[in-house]
Amino acid sequence: MPTRIKLTDGQFSLVEDPYTHVSDDEDLVRGDLIISLTRFQSEGERLLAEGRSVGVRLEPAEEVEVLAYDLPRIALVAVAFPKFNDGRAYTAARLLRERYGFTGEVRAVGDVLREQAGFMVRVGFDAFEPADGSTPEQWAHTAHRQRHVYQRAADRRAPAFAERE
Amino acid sequence: MYQYDTLDKEFLADRAAEFREQVVRRLAGEITEDQFKPIRLMNGLYLQLHAYMLRVAIPYGSLNPTQLRVLADIGRTYDKGYGHFTTRQNLQFHWIKLADTPDILDRLAAVDMHAIQTSGNCIRNTTADPYSGATAEEVDDPRVWSEAIRQWSSLHPEFSFLPRKFKIAITGAAKDRTAAKVHDIGLMMRRGRDGVLGFEVIVGGGLGRTPFVGPTIKEFLPANRLVSYLEAILRVFNRHGRRDNKYKARIKILVAALGAEEFGRQVEEEWAKIGPESDLPDTEIARIRGAFAATAFDTLVNRSEVFEAAKAADLGLARFARNNLREHKRAGYTIVEISLKAIGETPGDATSDQMDVVADLAERYGQNDIRVTHEQNLVLPHVKLDDVPALYAALNAAGLATPNVNLITDMIACPGLDYCALANARAIPIAQDIARTFADQDRAELIGELKIKISGCINACGHHHVGHIGILGVDKKGEEFYQLTLGGSGAEDAAVGSMLGPALPADRVAPAIDTLVEVYLRERQGQERFLDTFRRTGVVPFKEAVYADAN
Repeated sequence: MPTRIKLTDGQFSLVEDPYTHVSDDEDLVRGDLIISLTRFQSEGERLLAEGRSVGVRLEPAEEVEVLAYDLPRIALVAVAFPKFNDGRAYTAARLLRERYGFTGEVRAVGDVLREQAGFMVRVGFDAFEPADGSTPEQWAHTAHRQRHVYQRAADRRAPAFAERE
Repeated sequence: MYQYDTLDKEFLADRAAEFREQVVRRLAGEITEDQFKPIRLMNGLYLQLHAYMLRVAIPYGSLNPTQLRVLADIGRTYDKGYGHFTTRQNLQFHWIKLADTPDILDRLAAVDMHAIQTSGNCIRNTTADPYSGATAEEVDDPRVWSEAIRQWSSLHPEFSFLPRKFKIAITGAAKDRTAAKVHDIGLMMRRGRDGVLGFEVIVGGGLGRTPFVGPTIKEFLPANRLVSYLEAILRVFNRHGRRDNKYKARIKILVAALGAEEFGRQVEEEWAKIGPESDLPDTEIARIRGAFAATAFDTLVNRSEVFEAAKAADLGLARFARNNLREHKRAGYTIVEISLKAIGETPGDATSDQMDVVADLAERYGQNDIRVTHEQNLVLPHVKLDDVPALYAALNAAGLATPNVNLITDMIACPGLDYCALANARAIPIAQDIARTFADQDRAELIGELKIKISGCINACGHHHVGHIGILGVDKKGEEFYQLTLGGSGAEDAAVGSMLGPALPADRVAPAIDTLVEVYLRERQGQERFLDTFRRTGVVPFKEAVYADAN
């Protein structure tokens, strides 16, 4: 079974991934799936009725607002980085956590590099499919690099001004 | 100066340690240049024509003597004994070896300095009025707010991969010395009718291929709501700014495409959702304000007999005083601007020895405070009039007393084709040519305020669009040509200059400037600056004269 890096209670570990990514031009397979927003909008209802867990893959141009009402029945949102420097994914993840209170998995997929670990964790990603073969240990190392942060974000770390109080 | 606490220091130390690891991985071949590029760009390290260039952030252009000495020493140890101050109040070293950069960053971190976010598509160093805390013109000290922005924007998890780079400028004075209206965001401090501090918010100004003077999207933003409002602007930009074409990716293109009103509406909508929870607590703003070491001023009269007598005896000092001193808010003090535009030298360059001299003088006469201007000069913001004669003598001995601030030889020039991989033409030799043409100080003073700005390519790092006279280097079939624009301004009366006519070959540029100046001197009325005369007469007399000469 494939794996992804999962962040749970501050710990990064390699865990099995029960989900299968199915693109729009592929046939559905059995089990839990990650499908596109479009496919979710046409077939999600049926798949959920079959008792499957369904994740939605959100592309950068797709606005997270569209998902708002579906979030309670979605197991995970896979936020896509077609390139590591497409920063829209960071806003999407942060809004999922902060504005919509989404508590399911927010997974980084695509051009996911360990150098981005710190930023990703701060905006609320808790699962990662690294494109650079990096390990959970490397993710932990990078994510915990800065002892202090200056802003409030989705990870609820105390920013510098709160630490100072 | 803002005094870093343990937390600020640890933040920089952690960052420098991370970069050291990354450089080690690169040097060991564990990562390719392609993979390393975004990492080094997050740390201000560019690969240029001949070497790596390291851009060190000078937050809001404010330095203490210890920091300037470290910069001087880095220049001596790792570069060729000099550094280049930029139009965004930063310092660039142009001859850096990759293997040395971790040590350089450690040395910077040891004196509360860094190169974080001096490149890459993130929020860059904030530009602030170099006369902050010294000029009577300001409603509040913009450094306090600049420091708040520095902290908020440092390694911002949501806004480190924007469509394009993002630059903010703040002025507390109505007279704008930051080019606020041609920044991605310009913040101009105001007091509301009830006396409350706030900002006029200008968004979407910029230079480059598509120059814009930014429109105001909010007339009055209460100061304590700054961070949430910035967050709203950045979020709208991050989500909707173009990412398909780097030349259309700046926020100015989004603002122009949507219209300022619609863009402002989207920001307001997002801002309402974000709410005040994202703002800095008032206690933190107060802490930052308190962490700026107070300047201790003596009570003096506004006339110094020592200074007056010295001026009467020394025409050089009198000339320096006329051109390089600015009014201070306290009686008996003055703001001293140190020109880095010595005739025939590279605009904005300072040698390591010169930096040491300025550091010493700031300690002796300047309350340990040094500023960098966006026009690439240095400032000692708090000098007693009594000390000006001694200060002038010391500056003069170090080649730092060029009395040309705001005059025609006080030019902005980008590094151009002498250093930069993007340039189409050289900028520095053109500046040097013009400086030699106007080396006669009497004539330069007769001409008065005239801002020449030179860029070696359309990216406009030399701000040519907003020069009273702008000069843009272009490549015509392998030959360097220069396009002149007139009537631009980067100040509170911001405007984009208009094209004079066909581009000129390099050797015709300085003579053409000479002709433009002659037309101005002939046409000017009363106290008009070049810019005022141009705005009154229009381009015709200037164009006729230059191209009559050229034909």
